[in-house]
Amino acid sequence: MTLLEGEREVILKHVKEILDDRGTSRENLIPVLQQVQDKLGYLPDLAMQKIAAGLDIPTVDVYGIATFYNQFRMNPPGDHQFKVCMGTACYMVGGNIAIESFERRLEIREGETTPDRKFSLERVACVGCCTMAPVVLVDEEVEGHVTPTRVDGILLAFETETEKEEGKNGEGIEEKEERRSDA
Amino acid sequence: MGKKITLTIDDRQVTAFEGEKLLWVALENDIYIPHLCAIKEEERPSASCRLCFVEVEGFSHPVTACTQEVYAGMIVKTRSPRVDRLVKSAFELLLSDHRLECAKCPKNRSCELQKIAKERKLKLRLTRLKPLEKEYAIDESMGSFVFDPSRCVLCGRCVYVDHQEVEVGAIGFTHRGLQRKVTTFGGGLLADSPCTGCGRCVEVCPVGALFFTDKAG
Ligand code: SF4
Ligand code: SF4
Ligand code: FES
Repeated sequence: MTLLEGEREVILKHVKEILDDRGTSRENLIPVLQQVQDKLGYLPDLAMQKIAAGLDIPTVDVYGIATFYNQFRMNPPGDHQFKVCMGTACYMVGGNIAIESFERRLEIREGETTPDRKFSLERVACVGCCTMAPVVLVDEEVEGHVTPTRVDGILLAFETETEKEEGKNGEGIEEKEERRSDA
Repeated sequence: MGKKITLTIDDRQVTAFEGEKLLWVALENDIYIPHLCAIKEEERPSASCRLCFVEVEGFSHPVTACTQEVYAGMIVKTRSPRVDRLVKSAFELLLSDHRLECAKCPKNRSCELQKIAKERKLKLRLTRLKPLEKEYAIDESMGSFVFDPSRCVLCGRCVYVDHQEVEVGAIGFTHRGLQRKVTTFGGGLLADSPCTGCGRCVEVCPVGALFFTDKAG
């Protein structure tokens, strides 16, 4: 994923602060990764490279740990996040069909973010409302009975919303960029 | 190394040093035990391939020879119905995640999987399990050797030499579960990694996952 303007500096600053604070012994790898993800929302390649250099271990070992644990993400969370439930009930009634519909429409794979960082897609285990299976969390909202047509509907709603915003406020996009880089 | 001791493997008396791992004692005495993931120099073996099971008298269950230390008076049997069953299952599990095409493989006839099949009279095909159909890209970026992850059995020998012997740190185990694989940082090409092209990892690979292009048929 290409970095946004100013993101490089933000990454370097946070990683340095966390390493300075935690120290550079190898046992600190997981806590450091957790803290960096807390600050940045994900683990950019650059952050993993700096952590590896700081702890004096091969970069591939940092990547190995980061890809082993589900809690770590390699892609930035999108402005809107889709979490498709793959718990038993949702899986049985086509959770995988819902995830595939998102993948096709957004042209990304599960665990990825669209290049404009607008949408990200992930799978989650049981959300707790199996009667509505298959369930998708759209940001914080629960959407039940998600068929491929419903996926189209959800995405269409976001598209019209963006169009409206852009129509109203031509500088909407720039403002967003600024907000991202100070986050 | 500890003191010299005597033990019995398959009714043969052999001598070894206390604390040595049973697998290497057996192999040095020409007693074959299947193995893929064991690395002699490694103090804490990963014991991940599950192929080296043996029976030790006095133990309730078969144990992995790569982790079991020898002791004086130990009595070992390398075969038993329980051992054979465990090895058969472990072997088929490995094959189910392996692109089986020996005729097209550069390691045909020098492959460790073929050797295990021959020694233990196991079939080199799936009987009970379905193949896991994963498509991994083949990495030819180094020129002198190729990495074909679909043939990798995750033994870890390449990662060991890369990290501990040549101390480069170009490759490692990444991801988890059925997605577990050997990759570079970020899963990119070897040519874009710190790899120096020394080829040590290719020399130790027991199967056709890493192979030199000049020997490729
Ligand atoms: S060839 Fe590259 S990956 Fe293999 S051991 Fe040497 S440096 Fe490591
Ligand atoms: S590439 Fe070869 S040596 Fe490396 S883990 Fe796979 S099978 Fe073992
Ligand atoms: S050699 Fe013992 S478990 Fe692999």
